[in-house]
Amino acid sequence: MHREAKLGLVLLLTPLLLWLVLLIFIPHIDLFLVSMRERVGVGQYDLSFANYLTFFQEPLYLVTFLRTAVMSIFATILTLLIGFPVAYYIAKMAKGRTQSALFLLCLVPFWVSELVRTFGWMILLRETGIISNLLQSVGLASGPVEMLYNDAAIMVGLVYTSMLFMVVPLVTTLESLPDEVVEAGYDLGGNGLSVLREIIIPHAMPGIVSGSIVVFMLCLGNYLTPTMLGGKESLWFTELIYSQFIVRFNWELGAAFGFLLLILSSVIVWGMLRLTGQSLEKTMG
Amino acid sequence: MIPSIPQSRLLTTAYAAYVVLFFIFLALPLIVVAAFAFNDSQFPSLPWEGFTWNWFFGSERPMIGVFHERSILRAIGTSVFVAFCVSALSMVVGLSNAFLFNRYKFRGQGLLYVFMLLPLVIPGIVLGISILVASSRLANGLWDGFQWDVEALRPGLWLVILGQFSFITTIATLVIGARLQKFDRTLEEAALNLGAGRLTAIRTITLPYLAPAMIGAFVVAFLMSFENFNTTLMLVGSDAPLTIAMFDRLKEGSTPLLNAVSLLLMLGSSLLALIMIAFQKKN
Repeated sequence: MHREAKLGLVLLLTPLLLWLVLLIFIPHIDLFLVSMRERVGVGQYDLSFANYLTFFQEPLYLVTFLRTAVMSIFATILTLLIGFPVAYYIAKMAKGRTQSALFLLCLVPFWVSELVRTFGWMILLRETGIISNLLQSVGLASGPVEMLYNDAAIMVGLVYTSMLFMVVPLVTTLESLPDEVVEAGYDLGGNGLSVLREIIIPHAMPGIVSGSIVVFMLCLGNYLTPTMLGGKESLWFTELIYSQFIVRFNWELGAAFGFLLLILSSVIVWGMLRLTGQSLEKTMG
Repeated sequence: MIPSIPQSRLLTTAYAAYVVLFFIFLALPLIVVAAFAFNDSQFPSLPWEGFTWNWFFGSERPMIGVFHERSILRAIGTSVFVAFCVSALSMVVGLSNAFLFNRYKFRGQGLLYVFMLLPLVIPGIVLGISILVASSRLANGLWDGFQWDVEALRPGLWLVILGQFSFITTIATLVIGARLQKFDRTLEEAALNLGAGRLTAIRTITLPYLAPAMIGAFVVAFLMSFENFNTTLMLVGSDAPLTIAMFDRLKEGSTPLLNAVSLLLMLGSSLLALIMIAFQKKN
């Protein structure tokens, strides 16, 4: 029996370890090694920090990096602010059939690919698009209005694309808040605002953290939305990685960029978990 | 604010209006994409030139419909192939992982569980480039050392499958693991008492119980693979899956053909969702 159990353990460990080692660990070590080398001749490389130095010395790279981080944080906050009232409505205000119908409606847009969603926003926002035409016909604009290719359009796209990942964890945590606790808050003399601050938000914290982590990650690593909705000046850091790898074929610099993106996202995720005393297992699993 | 607490009429109305606005915001892009698939014009934008089915069934220039556009049909086929491989692989590995974390206690288990979750917090594009770098290093090594040219290690469908598998497996593990955790172990013990071997007990009792979760994991994996963009973008070779093919077209300028493809995608995934819901209700 003991030997059989051991055999089972080994058999089940093998696929897991193969997957993690071959597809996650070794590739990331390789990525790091490539980012730490400098081409000195044909097929000859030296170990150096040159790629990371390039990143810090070239303003375009550094600015794009910081801009991507700041805009992702901003998009996360915006998604939370827009999504929270809706999640609360679904979890606490709606009942029975309405509740499950609204919840399903929230999921529907995410059964179609991000490309289709982005395409929809392009049709809405562009110069010849729906909103521009609407504004003209109402008389609010005298000519075609271009709303595409700027940071605001990127924001709209990011918030739209991320919404599901915020609303679902929020609804789940808010549903577990008993109505009596909220009533008790009012009975004890609280008003809407203080109940929200003292009872609802603390209770929803795990949902807020896991939603924010996922949304932030998705924004930071997004390529499609900034590329399609953003303009020439609104570069996203992933676009730099893509161009170094695929267009310029400078894998060394591209690998360094990739590693920096990984470090940035890990640091922010880790910081968010530490700040709120949550753990990755609880938030993700 | 909950229904049992009296609130001013104005406030509740404003709140409901906000929720309605939110759902309009969610639906608007999709409705627009679907509607313009039927516009009798070269561009998916106003003015409305009349209703047509040509973007689906048209066979003559300038309006070649989806069903006559070879490259789009090929891309759909590629996507289905990739998605099928990825879902099958990740469902099997996910099942094995779920059993490992549910049934065994061993040193380093907690740490391994965290590692298992990691692929979810690695940006997709970084997963893509890391696998690209590692596989081409391996391919170059095999060529330099043994003069073997391993085509599967160059950008192409096999790498796309591996890249998507690398993070979708985590999702499959979580979906199957969640159901396995709710399983009543005494059922299995009863089977053992009745004389069944361990494997027979798992095959006849545990696996049927897990079937809805396994199908759920398969469908979710299929959709995630079908929709995946970032990881695929870095690993794709000459055979582009649908999202990449559509992206390339969109960059050149869009025709309502793309709307028609998008509408078909929406219908396809809604159908999958309905099948999954129906199946889970039955169990």
